[in-house]
Amino acid sequence: MIAIAARLRKNSLAVLGAGIVATLFVIALLAPVLAPYDTGEIDAKNVLSAPSWEHPLGTDGLGRDVVSRMIYGARISLLVGFVSAGLACVIGLVLGALAGYFGGWLDTVLMRFVDIMLCFPSFFLILAVIAYLNASIWNIMFVIGVTSWMGVCRLVRAEFLTLKQRDFMMAAEALGAPPRRVILRHGLPNAVAPVFVSFVLGVAGAILTESALSFLGIGVQPPDPSWGNILTEGKSTIEVAWWLSLYPGLAILVTVLGYNLLGEGLRDVLDPRLRER
Amino acid sequence: MVRPGFDAEVSNHGRALRVVLAYLARRTITLIPLLLGITFVSFVVIQAAPGSPVELMVDMNPDASPELRQRLEQYWGLDQPIHVQYWRWLQRLAVGDFGTSFAADQRPVLDKITEALPITLLLNALSLAFILLMSIPIGVYSATHRYSALDRVTTVLVFLGFAMPTFWLALLCMMLFGVELGWLPISGLQSLQHEQLSTFGRFVDRARHLVLPVVISSVTSLAGLSRYMRSSMLEVVRQDYITTARSKGLSERVVIYRHALRNALLPVVTILGLSVPGLIGGAVIFETMFAIPGMGRLFYDSVMQRDYMVVMGVLVMGAVLTLVGNLLADIMYAIVDPRLRR
Repeated sequence: MIAIAARLRKNSLAVLGAGIVATLFVIALLAPVLAPYDTGEIDAKNVLSAPSWEHPLGTDGLGRDVVSRMIYGARISLLVGFVSAGLACVIGLVLGALAGYFGGWLDTVLMRFVDIMLCFPSFFLILAVIAYLNASIWNIMFVIGVTSWMGVCRLVRAEFLTLKQRDFMMAAEALGAPPRRVILRHGLPNAVAPVFVSFVLGVAGAILTESALSFLGIGVQPPDPSWGNILTEGKSTIEVAWWLSLYPGLAILVTVLGYNLLGEGLRDVLDPRLRER
Repeated sequence: MVRPGFDAEVSNHGRALRVVLAYLARRTITLIPLLLGITFVSFVVIQAAPGSPVELMVDMNPDASPELRQRLEQYWGLDQPIHVQYWRWLQRLAVGDFGTSFAADQRPVLDKITEALPITLLLNALSLAFILLMSIPIGVYSATHRYSALDRVTTVLVFLGFAMPTFWLALLCMMLFGVELGWLPISGLQSLQHEQLSTFGRFVDRARHLVLPVVISSVTSLAGLSRYMRSSMLEVVRQDYITTARSKGLSERVVIYRHALRNALLPVVTILGLSVPGLIGGAVIFETMFAIPGMGRLFYDSVMQRDYMVVMGVLVMGAVLTLVGNLLADIMYAIVDPRLRR
């Protein structure tokens, strides 16, 4: 870990990414302290007012303070990103390990399933499921998770295919360790490094997807603040209130950029073979 | 093995064509299980819905009579075991019967899809063309002028493009080009007075409506493909045959564009195929934002109205489109890569 951190520090872009991610964590954690107003607090005298000292990023159509809502929105995006990407990684790890380790028909079935899932434009699949479930933050996280595990699955399978040939895996098997133990104790620890990169990049992807869904009105529901649903209002008031359209999008852009930079940096550090790809 | 000069050109062409066709036939056959899988997953999504489709439908429609209910139950064969239900649904799909929309118009789902599909296909084809036209020169330039100022600028733009919430970019562009500057229309595919325009005027009108949706929906893939083109090119110029070409005294132009580019394009074709589902999925966002009556808009509207039959139909069609996109990428690959023909 320390060695990785040390090598990561030499990559200035990755450091920038890590800085952005860390800042977002702090903002999300300290949201009640940092936010000047409550997210639902209505300032009836200042409806759709431009940025000012009183409201640094302006107010929305109900007179709610935009910067406060964005600070709480950071919590939502962090939650969605980590839970969705985490779920995707767990599914991918389990299925990938099974496919790679056992091979045979199980591998064939699982990999065909991956191919099939990759055929669905993920946004279509997500929307189809949302059509039946109610749009809530938990459903969103679940749906994003179960529609984005395929990459991790392929990655882990490939790792296991090579790991299976390694001496220590064969030794564990020869000593009579049951498959469960071989996979969990010997296989997985050696296969998680690339998954870690996928996780960080997955957080970025999940945040983008959540914001798009919320923007379309089928993600995080008002009055809960999310960067995406602030932008929904931005669209309807585009001609009078530019601040509602500008800042939340900027927040999404910077956040996703941060995770992407960190993820790419980690990839370079963890797997030098992939550099310049 | 690769001795182009020794191949009799004429006889080789016929053979090459046969081999390509055989390859494509093989490839098409492997699509059948995928197609079945797609319908199966779609079916599972229907089944996973809380409540039976009939209940869901009756709930959505206050006018539903008991007769309608009964008819629907029979239609879905809900009294039958699950595999029979799947088989029946599949049989209906096979003859293009996607069911009837729940919306007030009660039109066949297939009609709605065939109306929307050409629009989405046009948008996606234009986006793909735009992505190719932009990313190849950008990638080649970045690779041949590595670490130059322009290479650095494009690298930054690529990172931004990857992280870009494209719906937000669309919003900003609508604000800038549509509202502030008034250069481009931001809604629909044609102006109100479209019919009164001359042929050329109509073409310009269409083009003006298409600029923003096409360009903005290309951003993410464009960033990815430029990056990919660059690294693919860097990989190729390191190869021995490039050194050979250079040492033969060929001009740099010929080396890059005739020798290197053709080989660097191979992996890019695959990546292009992979970007199809993203483009189709993105159609939901852009067609909704720009009020374009394509598949994405149809899908979004049906989801909002819980128009179950249309949702299922579009879901299956979206996946089939992706399959076709992948197949087309394979065909392109077979055309570009001579190794597949030998």
